[in-house]
Amino acid sequence: MNEFRGQTLSWQIVNGAIELALHRDPCNEIGSLTLDELEHFAATLPGLANEAHALIIHSTLKAGFSAGADLRELFQRGQEMEKAAALRGVREFLERIHAVMNALDATPLTTIAAVHGVTFGGGFELVLVCDIIIADRMARFCFPELRLGLIPGFGGIPRLKRDLGNAVVRDLLLTGRSFNVMKAQQIGLVSQIAAEGQALRVARATASQVGKFDRRTAAAAKVFVKPIPYEELKREIDIFCDLYSRPAVEEGLRKFVENEGVQPYLP
Amino acid sequence: MSAPTIDHTLDEILNLAAAHFKVPREKLTPDDDFFKTLGIDSLQALDLLTRLEHHFRIELPDYELQGVSDFRTLANRIHARL
Repeated sequence: MNEFRGQTLSWQIVNGAIELALHRDPCNEIGSLTLDELEHFAATLPGLANEAHALIIHSTLKAGFSAGADLRELFQRGQEMEKAAALRGVREFLERIHAVMNALDATPLTTIAAVHGVTFGGGFELVLVCDIIIADRMARFCFPELRLGLIPGFGGIPRLKRDLGNAVVRDLLLTGRSFNVMKAQQIGLVSQIAAEGQALRVARATASQVGKFDRRTAAAAKVFVKPIPYEELKREIDIFCDLYSRPAVEEGLRKFVENEGVQPYLP
Repeated sequence: MSAPTIDHTLDEILNLAAAHFKVPREKLTPDDDFFKTLGIDSLQALDLLTRLEHHFRIELPDYELQGVSDFRTLANRIHARL
């Protein structure tokens, strides 16, 4: 299926590049529906890859690339179930999304994240599976999970460690602070900065460039420079699940979800 | 070159906010609640923070802005990073 229009995301092939567009209001929060459609994309990807040389992931929403996991859904599901069942549900969700992220990480295509605006939590983790990160001037990155008593759960820590120095990783994780694109480029996360609103255009130009090269060579280079940290990814799921069952997490999520002030609850 | 004064920093913040959010500059005063005066939400506040970081060429962690909603305090936080 070369084209798909879902409720949370769509894809099409344009000039040899698969363009995966996220479009779930308000800011591409990743919940069950997005996961279903991401799984559909991951299952379709090997077939699409025969007709493309690159994959571009971007958002069509003004607010940004993605605000991360759907914390409202996470909180609600936790309220509706017994603790043990809720924990099983969380683990199943994490294992499913890790399978999607690993498939995207491992695809032989050259993958490009075209990022703007809010790129937080799970959205940031989706960006980290990509080979090249292109961000517009107003992009802002953050792993806020520790502020709610959790760690990133969609593969963020192992992939951040893969790409950045450990001291920077500690600062970003342990403070939960957001940072702008200049910082992101300075620490080696973002390799190209685009003018405001131009990330997709720059990503398309980059995809066109990588399309000139022999695909087998590009895929071999990618495997060589970007190993997938499978063992650490599994450990991340275990740690997340250990932390999730604590009352402090439920309380943090409750405050975040129920907060009606203009500034979200984040300690 | 001498360091900018806090008043100068405050003035630049008000100018930038007025221009970007299309609010008449004369309607903005230092002690205004910028969420109310500019009519912005938390995402737009992050956008403002990013623009201010670019303008002043600083990094201002968002946790320093928790509970901050007036231009004067914002100017103080930025000034401390210049």
